[in-house]
Amino acid sequence: MSTLLDVRNLWVRFPSRNGVFDAVRGVSFTLGRERLGIVGESGSGKSMTGRAILRLIRPPGIVEADQISLEGRDLLKLSEKDMRAVRGQRISMVMQDPKFSLNPVMRIGDQIIEAYRLHNSASKAEAYVKSVEMLEAVSIRDAERVMRAYPHEMSGGMGQRIMIAMMLIPNPEILIADEPTSALDVSVQRQVLDIMDKLVKERGMGLIFISHDLNLVADFCDRVLIMYAGRIVEVCDADKLHDAKHPYTRGLLNSLPRLDAPRERLEVLERDPEWSEAPSVSGTV
Amino acid sequence: MVRGAEREWDRMSMLEVSGLNVWFGKHRDRVDAVKDATFDVGRGESFGLVGESGSGKSTILRAITGLAPNWSGTMTLDGRPIGKTRPKTFFKTVQMVFQDPYASLHPRHSVDQVLGETLHLHGFKNIDTRVVKLLDDVGLGQKFRFRYPHQLSGGQRQRVAIARALAPEPELLLLDEPTSALDVSVQAEILNLLADLRRDRSLTYLMVSHDLSVVGHMCDRLAVMKDGEIVEILDVDALRAMNASHPYSKQLLEASL
Repeated sequence: MSTLLDVRNLWVRFPSRNGVFDAVRGVSFTLGRERLGIVGESGSGKSMTGRAILRLIRPPGIVEADQISLEGRDLLKLSEKDMRAVRGQRISMVMQDPKFSLNPVMRIGDQIIEAYRLHNSASKAEAYVKSVEMLEAVSIRDAERVMRAYPHEMSGGMGQRIMIAMMLIPNPEILIADEPTSALDVSVQRQVLDIMDKLVKERGMGLIFISHDLNLVADFCDRVLIMYAGRIVEVCDADKLHDAKHPYTRGLLNSLPRLDAPRERLEVLERDPEWSEAPSVSGTV
Repeated sequence: MVRGAEREWDRMSMLEVSGLNVWFGKHRDRVDAVKDATFDVGRGESFGLVGESGSGKSTILRAITGLAPNWSGTMTLDGRPIGKTRPKTFFKTVQMVFQDPYASLHPRHSVDQVLGETLHLHGFKNIDTRVVKLLDDVGLGQKFRFRYPHQLSGGQRQRVAIARALAPEPELLLLDEPTSALDVSVQAEILNLLADLRRDRSLTYLMVSHDLSVVGHMCDRLAVMKDGEIVEILDVDALRAMNASHPYSKQLLEASL
């Protein structure tokens, strides 16, 4: 499998009044043309890892790594101008919350058309047709009405599908999806995942799928990195996630309510300080 | 566990909704968010509303509390019909917990202010002791009393939101996706808390969720919604046995396994 992205010894630090806070602590992994899942709780550093790849961590935050190379080119050595050509065009990112990713005072149609025309030379009419097609591809009913609407008129699920449509329209090589389906319900979740799945297979796209939903990742991804306190505590094949060894992974799995195994009370995760001290496991293939 | 049989709730209805329609906008942009919804929630029962986004499940909660002004049909709370305006006593009986604890707390109000103001508005006198009691009840304790929302984690914020909802000592809690913004480990804590509170205070829950396994864990009965309509009402045993009759409920069940 060819390697699209090679991340080695990534650190993300935030200096604060009480010393330096390390959000990501020495994470290494590679991404091929596959679906790589990163799971963990909020604060585990999974989103920061995704953002650091695109160099979206703002000062005073510091990103350090031995390398973050996209097909042999080290992204850390690129100028800000070259980096802008990478963002969107080659690596795209779907953020967690559509409410903060969409412009609230611009019609949805105009925003998607803008995203398309930024990367493709197309007339407005072509871009409109393409945008409606893309919205339909993420299974939005009544796409023409949605094109006219403003973001506040959309439900969370629709907003997220609009974001995905917008991010996929420039046809990137790598998609970093940060909790893209957390706001969606199971039936729609499946559809959105199928769309992303199709893109990975057909276009040979690499996907980094950041999520807190273990079942979803087990079901959808090829490989999974489990993060805790800024480090990778376990790497496993997604279909073997339910046999995971690490007590943290086990704890997360057990805290889920299940339809087939009803319980009076749910198990609550007991944290062991040792987990955050253990060295990071490498996710390099 | 046979929760439905074990805790036989009172047959008297806490909330009855019949022929409820809710709509937004007008003319060509009019959206009928809820169409002819009919269901009832017994006293002490925990009732779930599930469905995909845009199916109108949250809108029903908003119509009950008066946050969605355009509605028709009848809604009865504890035998009294709900009118276009709601008296103060209504909000002593019904309280709501919102989906997003990051958005539902005022960023510049400390926990003490949030709870104190709510208690003051409902005319309580011994506010100080009540704030302490509320914080204990939701498992936060005194040390969180003078913190601001940004000094709290998502789970802690949702506990504050629950404490605020409990402040007027309501009988019916409307829970709009109370754990969907939280981590699974924190979700387990909040769901346990909600189950304990319901038992200790004999509360009635009307809970909206897109997660069937959460509803299966928390509720006695549930209504499945699609495109603004309730397509099926089933109890949790039928849900566990995968005994849904409507094709959409079946599809939803299969997708969540």
